[in-house]
Amino acid sequence: MTDSKYFTTTKKGEIFELKAELNSDKKEKKKEAVKKVIASMTVGKDVSALFPDVVNCMQTDNLELKKLVYLYLMNYAKSQPDMAIMAVNTFVKDCEDPNPLIRALAVRTMGCIRVDKITEYLCEPLRKCLKDEDPYVRKTAAVCVAKLHDINAQLVEDQGFLDTLKDLISDSNPMVVANAVAALSEIAESHPNSNLLDLNPQSINKLLTALNECTEWGQIFILDCLANYTPRDDRESQSICERVTPRLSHANSAVVLSAVKVLMKFMEMLPKDLDYYGTLLKKLAPPLVTLLSAEPELQYVALRNINLIVQKRPEILKHEMKVFFVKYNDPIYVKLEKLDIMIRLASQANIAQVLAELKEYATEVDVDFVRKAVRAIGRCAIKVEQSAERCVSTLLDLIQTKVNYVVQEAIVVIKDIFRKYPNKYESVIATLCENLDSLDEPEARAAMIWIVGEYAERIDNADELLESFLEGFHDESTQVQLQLLTAIVKLFLKKPTETQELVQQVLSLATQDSDNPDLRDRGYIYWRLLSTDPVAAKEVVLAEKPLISEETDLIEPTLLDELICHIGTLASVYHKPPSAFVEGSRGVQHKRLPPRTGSGESTESPEGAQSAGTAVPEAVPAVIPSQGDLLGDLLNLDLGPPTTGVTPAPTSAMQMGAMDLLGGGLDSLLGGDIGGSPAVSHFFFLVIYNFPFFYGGSVFLFSPYLQVWLPAMKAKGLEIAGTFSRRAGVIHMELSLTNKAMSVMTDFAIQFNRNSFGLAPAGPLQVLTPLSPNQTIEVSLPLSTVGPVMKMEPLNNLQVAVKNNIDVFYFSCQYPISILFVEDGKMERQVFLATWKDIPNENEAQFHIKDCHLNSDAASSKLQSNNIFTIAKRTVDSQDMLYQSIKLTNGIWVLGELRLQAGNSNYTLSLKCRAPEVSQYVFQCYETVLKN
Amino acid sequence: MPKVSTSGSSTMIHSLFLVSSAGHIFLEKHWKCVISRSVCDYLFEAQGKASTPENVPPVIATPHHYLISVYRDRIFFVAVIQTEVPPLFVIEFLHRVAETFQDYFGECSEASIKDNVVIVYELLEEMLDNGFPLATESNILKEMIKPPTILRSVVNTITGSRELGKQGVFVWVMSLGSSCSMCLPVLQQLLFFAGSSNVGEMLPTGQLSNIPWRRAGVKYTNNEAYFDVVEEIDAILDKSGNIVFAEIQGVIDACVKLSGMPDLTLSFVNPRLLDDVSFHPCVRFKRWEAERVLSFIPPDGNFQLMSYHVNAQNLVAIPVYVKQNISFFETGSSGRLDITVGPKQTMGKTVEDVVVTVQMPKVLLNANLTPSQGTYTYDPVTKVLVWDIGKLNQQKVPNLKGSLSLQSGAPRPEENPSLNIDLKIQQLAISGLKVNRLNMFGEKYKPFKGVKYVTKAGKFQVRT
Repeated sequence: MTDSKYFTTTKKGEIFELKAELNSDKKEKKKEAVKKVIASMTVGKDVSALFPDVVNCMQTDNLELKKLVYLYLMNYAKSQPDMAIMAVNTFVKDCEDPNPLIRALAVRTMGCIRVDKITEYLCEPLRKCLKDEDPYVRKTAAVCVAKLHDINAQLVEDQGFLDTLKDLISDSNPMVVANAVAALSEIAESHPNSNLLDLNPQSINKLLTALNECTEWGQIFILDCLANYTPRDDRESQSICERVTPRLSHANSAVVLSAVKVLMKFMEMLPKDLDYYGTLLKKLAPPLVTLLSAEPELQYVALRNINLIVQKRPEILKHEMKVFFVKYNDPIYVKLEKLDIMIRLASQANIAQVLAELKEYATEVDVDFVRKAVRAIGRCAIKVEQSAERCVSTLLDLIQTKVNYVVQEAIVVIKDIFRKYPNKYESVIATLCENLDSLDEPEARAAMIWIVGEYAERIDNADELLESFLEGFHDESTQVQLQLLTAIVKLFLKKPTETQELVQQVLSLATQDSDNPDLRDRGYIYWRLLSTDPVAAKEVVLAEKPLISEETDLIEPTLLDELICHIGTLASVYHKPPSAFVEGSRGVQHKRLPPRTGSGESTESPEGAQSAGTAVPEAVPAVIPSQGDLLGDLLNLDLGPPTTGVTPAPTSAMQMGAMDLLGGGLDSLLGGDIGGSPAVSHFFFLVIYNFPFFYGGSVFLFSPYLQVWLPAMKAKGLEIAGTFSRRAGVIHMELSLTNKAMSVMTDFAIQFNRNSFGLAPAGPLQVLTPLSPNQTIEVSLPLSTVGPVMKMEPLNNLQVAVKNNIDVFYFSCQYPISILFVEDGKMERQVFLATWKDIPNENEAQFHIKDCHLNSDAASSKLQSNNIFTIAKRTVDSQDMLYQSIKLTNGIWVLGELRLQAGNSNYTLSLKCRAPEVSQYVFQCYETVLKN
Repeated sequence: MPKVSTSGSSTMIHSLFLVSSAGHIFLEKHWKCVISRSVCDYLFEAQGKASTPENVPPVIATPHHYLISVYRDRIFFVAVIQTEVPPLFVIEFLHRVAETFQDYFGECSEASIKDNVVIVYELLEEMLDNGFPLATESNILKEMIKPPTILRSVVNTITGSRELGKQGVFVWVMSLGSSCSMCLPVLQQLLFFAGSSNVGEMLPTGQLSNIPWRRAGVKYTNNEAYFDVVEEIDAILDKSGNIVFAEIQGVIDACVKLSGMPDLTLSFVNPRLLDDVSFHPCVRFKRWEAERVLSFIPPDGNFQLMSYHVNAQNLVAIPVYVKQNISFFETGSSGRLDITVGPKQTMGKTVEDVVVTVQMPKVLLNANLTPSQGTYTYDPVTKVLVWDIGKLNQQKVPNLKGSLSLQSGAPRPEENPSLNIDLKIQQLAISGLKVNRLNMFGEKYKPFKGVKYVTKAGKFQVRT
């Protein structure tokens, strides 16, 4: 007979029959019955009524039956918490069973029963299992502590399990140590500030001993834990490195990468002139190369991490260029990553090889890959000056292939080469012009137009070429339109006699026939410039441009350091800080590389200094200033002396900087004291300029659409649009930054002025890649409410300073107060009544919400999702009254009564609050929520 | 970018889906709570964008989860992740799952997984506890869950005997085909088992010892230890035959069937070749560092003892040369192809099983070629040309030439096809690596020992 017998029961009295069988004296019959019960459970029948009977079967010596009952228990314990307690005794008993397999099974199952009432009773058995004589039970119990902590953290702490877990780090069995570390790391992650894994030289020593003996997965836990430790000095650092390096030869690539993380981090502390430092560098290369011969998925993760490693320490892999050469049947995701690393490793020494490869790739099948290869040639030209000529000729060869997308990419990168080496390669322009007709992508068209405009005086038929674009002006993308406008103006300034007509044509197209404000604005500016002062126009339009920077896509150094500490994680795959992955305010802890210490620094020999000197510029080209410089820049604007030296913690320093900056500026503004400092007067100008903009307009409310906060005109081409939101208890400022200028923008930072509710950025503004012209980037900036407080007018006004490589810009915006409504804003009924009475009547404000067609339930749920909680509902004379409460982040309570009458679309809202000035803003939120 | 929570869950791998390359989810397993299979839609979306399943990116972000997948044997192994987990950890684990299936069922395919679905669940249950890897060593797993044998599968079919996996979450949903009625018998089979069980009741002996990879009490009548030194040449040659890149990936595969607790030492004639190595955990790293010998207590049965990597250019000999000339639209709608493959640095051995594979451009309708040796096929659908040469002869060098017929009026192909070369050389490790001797300590008997060498082509490509 097959298993199907368990499914063929008569419908009638099924439960009754099963009950009888479960209570049978015969063991076999009992077992069969439990199987039937579980069969029903699996197909979705409700057999929870049998709970007590099934639990009775739990007391058995038969392992199989026991497992089945455990299975049932885990499924129904949550819905039958009272009865689940009946199982407690058996668990307690099983935890003392002579068979360690049963003891472990019991403790494993316990952890999966997520019922509060039970967990309390399970503490004693767990405590015993944590001290069990059998290591198999101990290691299972260690994991159970993590499970229990997930259910009831307080209980685990009160019961002292954390201490027991810490003791297990000194266990004699390496597997127990590994599991204890895993459990502690897990718990510590949800309590970033707790000192759970309080690592000291003794515990580190124990971990290192266990590292050699535990399983590969345990090794990963231990290595990841070691990576969080900061050695006291370079000696300790070296001795840990020495004990970790054997892991580089492990067959499991996750072990290898975790070991690489530890070494990359601790290496930071070793003096560079130390012999061991060089040895370690040499040891790191082979395992990284080996990772590239693994399966493609492993290669991908490895390559993403190698990308970080070569940015931090290019010397490790500088001789390994060839392993990144692309094979034609590599998956596309591997190809693209390899290409990226090839460019990072490109240098004068290997550029010939690299170029030959890139040229080969340009004839591959995959279009994305070919495009990236062509771009890569351009990047090589910009990176390795000596190779520029060769790169240009390679690009010309590729243009000769006439393959459409190759030609277009080539033209885009040649434009960049022109910007890096002006007036050097104009000879190729003729070839480029031949391909004008085949360009159908905006970026390529814009690049071509830029080239024509820039070199208009050397192209005989520049006017004809540009005129040909002008015909379809309205069908072009904004990018092309803007370029065309500028190019024709350049042309006019260079050859004024024959191009008057053309320039007038383009100006009228831009200003009169276009709906695009950017285009119109630029058109007007040119027009006025040209008509009022052509000499000035020449100075402005034909000004010498800054050369473009060497490598544009390097990760910002502070972020890079943080990512190095997270090698092997998702963060390292996405090249984003871990805070981008972790929900909620807790759990984010910025990791930093340890500072270099020890004797090496001071006694560094000249040779050492020299070798460091050659390595460093390669490692961190000075294109992007470090966090310290960046803060320095901002602080320099302050009247006080610039802060130099120690880099303070980023967040607080930024807030401080903002305070000083804005505070000083505003004071001098209000005091009428326009100081002699250029920084202040500059600021003053901007503030004056901007004030009508933000106070003149009406108060805006929360809307999902982005508002333009800072128009490009007022910020040298940077346009900032944004909105606010509250997600999972965290306030976010959603920013959309658009570069409408001609040059790349980098080094973004943001600061807030003091404001009514202490809003402050919870982290630096994460604009990782430079913002190239016409590019828009969306950034979500988490905000905290622990910043300095100053009452603003209007109350929800927020003054913001944004800095980039060009300047500092100021704007002001208003946030919907609903982002401050906290999730635990539901008041107890009794408290609500008392508070309502307690607040004086003069604090009550009444508002009318018109044209709203929701019924009270819909309104209530809509409000609830915005943290406006309905505490009670009363219906009097077909009029619904909702009593509601709101709590703000600063602890202010707002109580409300919302009256809705059936058939009447006008609601009445009464708000009572001890701080009545917020009522107005709360009302606005009501209105927005209900009407959207 | 989904935000993953660090607070909610202590599970690393939340769920596992097995998906066929045709996009059919044929098995799902959840360790904590059920995650709807609709999460796989994001994989399908990525698959839609990718030209082939191999090109689907291994890490995919969805609004609430990350999908980390590997593609093996035409199956996607998709892990659903909710916490920040090292992706390599997950990828390694997924490969381990695939290898375990291969080990247990002889092949890792949709059919074999479906046929052994009960063992599959038992294995998954044993391999992960609450999403953490538990037992992944083949030796330990086999003590807890016996692999299927013909006899046992007959017995199990007769008695319907199966044992439940140990614990976790029990929504063992699976589908074979889309209809629910088909699921039912499988569920029944899955859940109900009487009498003899696949699951051991004893704690596996290796689980906690210092040598977790070896079970205790191994006994053989014939004690034997075989080692295969397998080297693969990865190389890219340019169109004129120059080496662009070349390296050797070597592994030493072992099949050790020795009684008791043997302690082995394997030494090499020329260990200096090996500067980039990865070892099975059984190898004592300190001895390797100090003496350059492999000292280890082996796992029982088949395992990979070490892998190594030689990329010093002068050490990589290229055993064949390839001359080729492929042209399209030379005259009207035809092209020419002329390929010659000959032996080069073969250290006096014969190169066998030589196969040349070319992925031709789309415009190629057919090929009319004449091989001087071996046979050729051209598949006009996949556009793959395969020339199976066989042994390379010193005297008469094989050649394939003839004309290609192309789609008339089509533009000249933009890409140049690459040639992929397969080959094999018996009794030779191309790097020159040689085993010196194998000694055994700790046991009294005299084992039978053997070492075999073979060199193959790995990713061996010739550009045109």
